[in-house]
Amino acid sequence: MTSPPSLLSLKNGGSLPLARVPELDYDGFAATLRAEVEGGGRVAAYFAAPDQGEGLALYALLARDWKEDLVPLRTRLGSRFASLTPACPQLHLFEREIAEQFGVLPEGHPWFKPLRFHPVRRGRDPWERNQQGLPVCGDMPYYRVEGEEVHEVAVGPVHAGVIEPGHFRFQCHGERVMHLEISLGYQHRGIEEQLSGGPHPATLYRMETVAGDTSIGHASAYCMVLEALADLQISPRAAALRAIALELERLANHVGDIGALAGDVGFLPTASFCGRIRGDYLNLSAELCGSRFGRGQVRPGGCGFDLDEARAAAILERLKAIERDTRGATELFFDTPSALARMEGTGTVSVADAEALGLVGMAARACGLARDVRLHHPHGAYAGSFDDCIIEESGDVFARASIRRREIHSSLAWLKQALASLPAGQARREVPPAAPQSLAVALVEGWRGELVHVGLTDASGRFSRYKIVDPSFHNWSGLAMALRNEQISDFPLCNKSFNLSYCGFDL
Amino acid sequence: MLTIIRERLRQGHRTSRYPKEEPTLPERFRGRPILKPERCPEGCEQCLERCPFGALEKVAGELRLDLGRCLFCAECAAACPHEALRFSRDHRLACRRREDLEIGKGEYLLAGALEARMKKLFGRSLKLRQVSAGGCNACEADLNVLGTLVFDLGRFGIQFVASPRHADGILVTGPVTENMKSALLDTYAAVPEPKLVIASGACAIGGGPFRDSPEANNGIGDLLPVDLYIPGCPPHPYTALDGLLRLLGRL
Repeated sequence: MTSPPSLLSLKNGGSLPLARVPELDYDGFAATLRAEVEGGGRVAAYFAAPDQGEGLALYALLARDWKEDLVPLRTRLGSRFASLTPACPQLHLFEREIAEQFGVLPEGHPWFKPLRFHPVRRGRDPWERNQQGLPVCGDMPYYRVEGEEVHEVAVGPVHAGVIEPGHFRFQCHGERVMHLEISLGYQHRGIEEQLSGGPHPATLYRMETVAGDTSIGHASAYCMVLEALADLQISPRAAALRAIALELERLANHVGDIGALAGDVGFLPTASFCGRIRGDYLNLSAELCGSRFGRGQVRPGGCGFDLDEARAAAILERLKAIERDTRGATELFFDTPSALARMEGTGTVSVADAEALGLVGMAARACGLARDVRLHHPHGAYAGSFDDCIIEESGDVFARASIRRREIHSSLAWLKQALASLPAGQARREVPPAAPQSLAVALVEGWRGELVHVGLTDASGRFSRYKIVDPSFHNWSGLAMALRNEQISDFPLCNKSFNLSYCGFDL
Repeated sequence: MLTIIRERLRQGHRTSRYPKEEPTLPERFRGRPILKPERCPEGCEQCLERCPFGALEKVAGELRLDLGRCLFCAECAAACPHEALRFSRDHRLACRRREDLEIGKGEYLLAGALEARMKKLFGRSLKLRQVSAGGCNACEADLNVLGTLVFDLGRFGIQFVASPRHADGILVTGPVTENMKSALLDTYAAVPEPKLVIASGACAIGGGPFRDSPEANNGIGDLLPVDLYIPGCPPHPYTALDGLLRLLGRL
């Protein structure tokens, strides 16, 4: 359907005065949101922000990928509102988040539980928990399946490996998983809350640790918000340097994941090779900026480190050698029928579920949904240079592995081109002060998927609200769906094929 | 099978020769800072202002840098017009005592070995349970790397295990979020005595970038007795390996 003419649209990396964000009554807001979603839009961000006095404003940012734009909407909330989740399941976590942060009740929410188990910031606790002391993480009613030979398996928060904590409840009939419920929040550090009144001197460092394996991605999105608010264009050189760092981050993680998947199916040659090659890519990031995780590379106004010609040539040479190793190691895996058989048909997510839950990034592309910020909302060095959105259709572990393999090849090709043709210019510019009373939005295709940062400023240009949506926020639900009717022993493989961030979700 | 063997031969043997040979780290790597407080002119505090985490301070006019708080961003070195501090490429940073993480003019005291009884128990076989208590996954990722063939932690008799009951100690990352505090303490309690505690990364040592956040503690220092501090954000795998080997008296 065509949008009402009053809707305003915004480009990735754009900003606009808060007064221009259309404000509708709740029914009009809900109807517009549903119409946009039915028309193919999706919810990129959905959050509440305190308004003057007691009021609460609810913001929605709808991504219209085919138009390369984003539609901001706004309404006001009282102490309760009618949940839109039954009609639009991709809102389910967003509404729980709003309830937990601001003590408002989404009436009719079908899965109404806490999300991160932090104290309600203001208003009444929607779950009427004990207000003395802190909420206990994971303390909520879990789904239960009752019946003969039905049993429950509870795992975590501390898991067997060197990984972050989370809690998983499997309802099983024998080996078969009927449902998996994932309860997170253990890593919650209060990053969004600490951003109010910011940016502070420490903010950038917190952004680099929103999800450590996505340091470049989150730091880029944050800097894009600052630059949008200051109406600053970074130089093409700085944009290229950021994208180079982002693609190196993608390569390291994709290669590491293929190695980990190989390890989970017991194919050790690729597991061993890729474990090492992942480090080779991390070391290339360290050549750029001294840190294997790209700390210090992305800075407001551009990049912390420039890349001189000799260094770029040296990195390009090393990249070519690592590419040969990468191809050798991954092709071995994808040429082994027993390894493929283990992944094919395991942990399938249907395209309908992926769409309803609003999955993003690799997890969505593996189900046949073309969702890639680099293609649909291109920004910086990707504009005009990226037209290679890779999709698979089977939605299983194999599809998610295969997406990674193919993205490795396309990233390498892009990276070699970018390193050989760095535009001239300065690496960093001074950032002017942020515009007051404005909204700025930044989307970055991190290696897992779409990172969304939205900054709202107050009258003095400080953040009155800052919202971060990590791709894991959408995609953990995808993992729960993937487990249905699988064997519980397939959980490690399914989990690894998503490789989601606990921190990025818990913030 | 033949393709696997062919690829194995092509990829070759890549385990580092450490500790027999020192690692070569990238030119821009930021390792142990070197301070020259004598170059600091009276009243100049440009470096102090650049550190949002209070890692730098002036004690009786002398510059001090607390590696337990430092994220190795090197903004302080960039701000200093007198070259009174710079970051070297030395990866060796780990210490046994919290106060040893403070860098001044003098010698930096690297971690010493465990006392004789503990060394006899753990010196040749050390099993660690890792607990991420709010770590962003960078520390965890670079600890996982120690298990790859490049570092091959197993050749030193050190291994990460799945259960605290199988462990000789815990290695903690992250600032200890309120939500992970009880799970961390439970895991520690499940390790049989005698046991070790290792704090890896700026978060676990002092809260890192989340210092004084109402949702997190300032690392494990106030909660558990720490036997080894490994600074960094995240620590380089060689920094962690160096610390572990020093603890076991192997370096």
